[in-house]
Amino acid sequence: MAAAEKIIGSRIKRREDPRLITGEAKYLEDIQLPGLLHAAILRSPHAHAKIKSIDTSKAAKHPGVIAVYTGKDFADVNPMPCAWQAGKVKNNVNTPRVLEIDRVTFTGAGVAVVVAEDRYMAQDALELIHVDYEVLPAVVDAEKATKAGAPQLHENAPNNIALEWTCGTQDTTDRALKEADVVVKQRMINQRLIPTPMETRGCIAQYQAATEEWTVWMTSQAPHVMRLLMTAFVFGVPETKMRVISPQIGGGFGAKIFLYPEYCLMAALSRKIGRPVKWMETRSENYIATTHGRDHITEIEVGAKRDGTITALKVNTYANLGGVLSTIAPGIPTTLYGRMLSGTYRIPNIFCHVYGVYTNTGMVDAYRGAGRPEATYVIERAVDLVAHELGLDPVAVRRKNFIPPEAFPYDPVILNGLKYDSGQYAKALDLALKMLGYENFRKEQAEARKQGRYLGVGFSSYVEICGVAPSAWIGLPGEGWGAGLWESANVRVHLTGKVVVTTGSQSHGQGHETSVAQVVAGELGISVDDVIVQHSDTLGTPFGYGTYGSRSTAVGTVAVYNSLQKIKEKAKLLGAHMLEAAPEDVVFEDGKVFVKGSPDQSKTIQEIAGAAALAYSLPPGMEPFLDNTSYYDPPNCTFPFGTHICVVEVDKETGEVKIKRYIAIDDVGKVINPMIVEGQVHGGIVQGVAQALWEGAVYDDNGQLLTGSLMDYAIPKADFFPTFETDRTETPTPVNPLGVKGAGETGTIASTPAVVNAIVDALAPFGVKHIDMPVTPPKVWRILQGNGG
Amino acid sequence: MYPSNFDYQRAASVADAIQKGSSDGAKFLAGGHSLLPALKLRLNEPESLVDIARLDALKGISVTGSSVRIGALATHAQIAGSADVKKHAPALASACGQVGDPAVRNRGTLGGNLAHTDPASDPPTVVLALGGKLHLQGSGGNRVVAAEDFFLDLFTTDLHPGELITAVEIPSIGQAKSAYAKMAHPASRYAVVGVCVVLEVSGGKCSKARVAVGGATPKATLSAAAANALVGSSLDTAALDAAAQALSADLSDVMGDVYAPEDYRRAMAGVYLKRAVRAAMG
Ligand SMILES: Cc1cc2nc3c(=O)[nH]c(=O)nc-3n(C[C@H](O)[C@H](O)[C@H](O)COP(=O)(O)OP(=O)(O)OC[C@H]3O[C@@H](n4cnc5c(N)ncnc54)[C@H](O)[C@@H]3O)c2cc1C
Repeated sequence: MAAAEKIIGSRIKRREDPRLITGEAKYLEDIQLPGLLHAAILRSPHAHAKIKSIDTSKAAKHPGVIAVYTGKDFADVNPMPCAWQAGKVKNNVNTPRVLEIDRVTFTGAGVAVVVAEDRYMAQDALELIHVDYEVLPAVVDAEKATKAGAPQLHENAPNNIALEWTCGTQDTTDRALKEADVVVKQRMINQRLIPTPMETRGCIAQYQAATEEWTVWMTSQAPHVMRLLMTAFVFGVPETKMRVISPQIGGGFGAKIFLYPEYCLMAALSRKIGRPVKWMETRSENYIATTHGRDHITEIEVGAKRDGTITALKVNTYANLGGVLSTIAPGIPTTLYGRMLSGTYRIPNIFCHVYGVYTNTGMVDAYRGAGRPEATYVIERAVDLVAHELGLDPVAVRRKNFIPPEAFPYDPVILNGLKYDSGQYAKALDLALKMLGYENFRKEQAEARKQGRYLGVGFSSYVEICGVAPSAWIGLPGEGWGAGLWESANVRVHLTGKVVVTTGSQSHGQGHETSVAQVVAGELGISVDDVIVQHSDTLGTPFGYGTYGSRSTAVGTVAVYNSLQKIKEKAKLLGAHMLEAAPEDVVFEDGKVFVKGSPDQSKTIQEIAGAAALAYSLPPGMEPFLDNTSYYDPPNCTFPFGTHICVVEVDKETGEVKIKRYIAIDDVGKVINPMIVEGQVHGGIVQGVAQALWEGAVYDDNGQLLTGSLMDYAIPKADFFPTFETDRTETPTPVNPLGVKGAGETGTIASTPAVVNAIVDALAPFGVKHIDMPVTPPKVWRILQGNGG
Repeated sequence: MYPSNFDYQRAASVADAIQKGSSDGAKFLAGGHSLLPALKLRLNEPESLVDIARLDALKGISVTGSSVRIGALATHAQIAGSADVKKHAPALASACGQVGDPAVRNRGTLGGNLAHTDPASDPPTVVLALGGKLHLQGSGGNRVVAAEDFFLDLFTTDLHPGELITAVEIPSIGQAKSAYAKMAHPASRYAVVGVCVVLEVSGGKCSKARVAVGGATPKATLSAAAANALVGSSLDTAALDAAAQALSADLSDVMGDVYAPEDYRRAMAGVYLKRAVRAAMG
């Protein structure tokens, strides 16, 4: 179908942009309701303390204050659920309550709430609440927290260990390391990040006593899951008692997937007070109370033969999970990390051991890439360490170990039964090298060194896992995910021929309203303008698990595609009936049904939709209307891959690292809208490079966040970057009929090792073998001064 | 980000501003780009704000005799774009052009910046190096204070309570060369270190020099040692290295933080001195 292929794959402009660019889109902060009250939350200034008593009497008397509550007032509300109980976490689960009752384990935990006629009054009254704390010693470092004598956060988690998890086999890996020609050991830190979406979190809850029903607006990437968790797990009421709406979302990056205590608090307050209650997070609150990402301390041992063949990889990681567990925290440093440590390479022996650790810091959960950036950093640094040790070209070592195209589907063993779907790793690398002009670069680098200028190049040949996940796999006991991971869609062709798609997936910057419409338009042979895509409201959309893990296209849009096939089948039956032809003689092409070979005698999809809706003359047994709902449970995950190359120059005087070139070749399978994919890739690279060079959350030893504002936490600016040089190879996945893999996270996953490898390459004349992120000027300067490498 | 309650008053004239500003707990509001963030974090809870932003008497940039007079309300963007400032005090135009981002430069004022004296600010360093004078007006009358006597410490100036900066007067650099070189913090874009040099050169030799440092130190600071290392030299590499060393050694009170520790800032003062000299000599 020529027309269809044209729409699917074309760079049409995003249909959601006009409302965003003109400022007409409505965010949570824009919602007004009659009688709306405003809440402000008192947060613990201590990282670890017992709450001895709370005096709210003065605050309650403040003008405009409706109510003041503490944790004790909500003792009947369950703590937040932990939905991904990987490893042995089960017995050690400690999650936040709407307000903490007798103990806080991180700075920023909520201890009291004021509800007032406006937010200013509520904020004023917070200052009048007196909390008597008994301050306890704190620990913020995940490795130190497991050692004898460390402050203990939770009685059910001795040595602060929330979970212990392994994958691979220890004895064969140890043996392979013993037998290896060389073994390289390295300790590396994947520092904590603060997601920093432009829009902070917020929630409005409205309770109707007569029906015992809530309507809740919240900044969520997964409204259906929020409804399920709040009703069934936190309040113990039927799911039907709540409607959740995500308005326009100003960026999530993972941090808006989770069920946060503030959302449940608003629901509880509205039920108690009988008026709608709103809370909008301030930026300062966002930095301490919204989830963070990464925060691994890792020791690796990698064994190789003298020719560069990698024979074993052993990884031991302390993953900092914060003071309490966020919704899916345990799954990130386990399933999404350890299982991807083979990267793009055949590594016969891998063993990964992970401690998930409680510390007196903010909660850590999925942040763009979620586990895979950490895994990619480990393996892509490991390859460079091997190359460095053996004096080999890092490109050659990559090539030597690549999984070859004919080996797919490839079973890296540690994936617990899943197989890499498709890949042409060398092809992507070759294209990237060609864009770089590798040989010329090495000459330029040598010349520059003679002049005392330090250039470096870094490679990252990554593979990631997305399109999560086959329910039967993610539901395996070892994985611990507490649900399925399919997606759903409903497609309705109205009487007028206009199409309404409702999806359980949620769009907050990914462009679903455009790319899904392209698939519909392409399949039905209609204009994109005749398709509308609705999402983000549990009323009127089928259940879906939400948008994260680059799964909306590879899972959610496949559900749409499957419904379209069923609608086309029905249109063919009805079209044949209208043409008085036998169903087996007709075809559906370019939006028309006609008898094979006679396209001038045809019925358009619009005519057929009209006939289906009017139902004056339907074939015997056919129901009116073109309407179909699909539930798609993927048979496998998808595995995008590619090569990123970064070229840097290090300023000898200041230690500043300047990105001179950034080349990204990504293979995300079939592409529906190249412009949207490029946008995702660019944004991802920016976030990944930012981790490599600038971003990093820092807590002091008492658990105070030192980087608690945008004045200290360095999110990148546009002028920090050169123009990215991007291109693609296209290896469709056999996993789904669209051939799509997923493109939301490749940039963050691939980029950190590309940058760090480049810096290490630049600093090779100084004997540098590794440097931890963020590679700030003072760190590099110290190396250049000859102290600390 | 919700400030506590305050009264808002708009000043009708300079005299009115001074009268309103003299009451307890009053604060002047100019561009609001230092004051409002502090209010929102409740680090500052004034009882009333006296808005001076519309007082024409505090606006404008003019040249009188051999100096340029910059009204306290001149914005960073106006200063950066002013032909008069570029001619007579080019380092100040350059520094103001490096303040924050365009939004900050379009709202923030020179008077507000100097009154606030954030240690990481740019203009104080330059005004100090250029030998600027601050014109102040308060209930006790008018006075003129040299920049050297105005900046006292971290966020602390010689301003009396209720006193207003009305203008800043900067002597024209004439034939001298000058430049401001800054290392910007990647998050805030404030100065991690900023160095301003003013150099007189005759017969290929530096005959006079002034060197001021900011960002690294609690307040903008002049370094005679660094200046002396430059004077008499031909500003060659050896002289610059010596001056950089002299400057790093001269700074008594260097600050450190999570991003840039004390020893790094000290070293960077020297590096940016060299960069400023090279930029000045063009
Ligand atoms: C994101 C951001 C980045 C920034 N980056 C930089 C940077 O890189 N470099 C830099 O130098 N600055 C930077 N700033 C600060 C900026 O320059 C401010 O505008 C400036 O410091 C204050 O000027 P204002 O007019 O906004 O003063 P306001 O905020 O209105 O007032 C500041 C203080 O000065 C007092 N005041 C104001 N005017 C007068 C007057 N005429 N007489 C007496 N007292 C007065 C006020 O009472 C108040 O105490 C940044 C600010 C922001 C928000």
